[in-house]
Amino acid sequence: MVQLTLPKNSKIGKGRHWRAADGASKKDVRTFRVYRYDPETGDNPRWDTFEVDTSKHGPMVLDALFHIKNEIDPTLAFRRSCREGICGSCSMNIGGRNALACTKGWDDFGSTITVSPLPHQPVIKDLVPDLTMFFAQYKAIEPWLHTETPAPETEWRQTPKDRDKLNGLYECILCACCSTSCPSYWWNGEAFYGPATLLHAYRWLIDSRDEATGERLDALEDPFKLYRCHTIMNCAQVCPKGLNPAKAISEVKKMLVERAI
Amino acid sequence: MVGKDDSFKTDLKRARGHGSAHHGLGMWMAERMTAVALIPLGLWAVYSVLQLAVIGYDGAVDWLQSPVNIVLMLLTLAISFYHMHLGMRVIIEDYIEHKPSRLLWIGLSAAASLLGAALALISILKVALGGAPN
Repeated sequence: MVQLTLPKNSKIGKGRHWRAADGASKKDVRTFRVYRYDPETGDNPRWDTFEVDTSKHGPMVLDALFHIKNEIDPTLAFRRSCREGICGSCSMNIGGRNALACTKGWDDFGSTITVSPLPHQPVIKDLVPDLTMFFAQYKAIEPWLHTETPAPETEWRQTPKDRDKLNGLYECILCACCSTSCPSYWWNGEAFYGPATLLHAYRWLIDSRDEATGERLDALEDPFKLYRCHTIMNCAQVCPKGLNPAKAISEVKKMLVERAI
Repeated sequence: MVGKDDSFKTDLKRARGHGSAHHGLGMWMAERMTAVALIPLGLWAVYSVLQLAVIGYDGAVDWLQSPVNIVLMLLTLAISFYHMHLGMRVIIEDYIEHKPSRLLWIGLSAAASLLGAALALISILKVALGGAPN
């Protein structure tokens, strides 16, 4: 049966409590409850509580995490790179919803902000999830141009109208916020490709230059890989780039209907 | 790699699994078409039940012997049970991970739908074609 409770070694215990520094103004202090897991100790994960003086750092949740790492607890692990919403590294669950820590302001939340790794993925350490499967699934849809016609001497040409069809798709940064917010992906994460991979699959299906549309549709027509999407729409709700993977998936389903009639 | 599968399979091998089953469209279409068909049929069924409530036993038998009512009643029940089977199957596939259990529950659910449908349809036909004893 489906597992409704966390396995024993995933139950989250109470962790350390770090009080705000002396002299911090009370109105500036926010409490960050941060998921901690250290694979080297073998201990269960825990919630650490950090009282943070937000006047000491910038406006985003990522700024607060940097402040915690630099000033309070240097053992905190999280991924980050561009700090401007384009690399997709700092995706995590903030206040119960997947988001990029670098584009999410801490002042969007109340006095306590809960920060945990992307849900339902194995955790490597603290806020760092193992996204191996996520990227392998992306690889499995062969996300590059497939052609048999010999390549032209210059570029493959495309009308502006056809190019416009890629808008709302090419912007995906593969941060995995959508896939890891999807209950279907939680329950059948290896069999179901998930919203991000399917959005990319559609991006290549709709590309006027790609010649493998039939093969791509063949590879997707499967009760699990594609049809596990039940239009729950969490993906569209959390996407930090404002994309709509659910719509892309329904377009793939429409293409399969069009092919059959 | 910290996945569920700790064999030496590569990530791509795991992601591809057994490949595409090359079906799914039919079932997806059937779910939607039966759902759409059940909107008018359901409204008709509610309207009919309200009517039947006031015409008594003999009236109900007469009502069920009209060709239009027989056909609509059979369609409503057959499509309802088929839709139930499709829906239950999706729920079982979503929530039961262990493959042999999944197969067992899908089988049981299909058998229950089939049995329910057969009982309902035969009962309707019995009254519709043979009349019911007073």
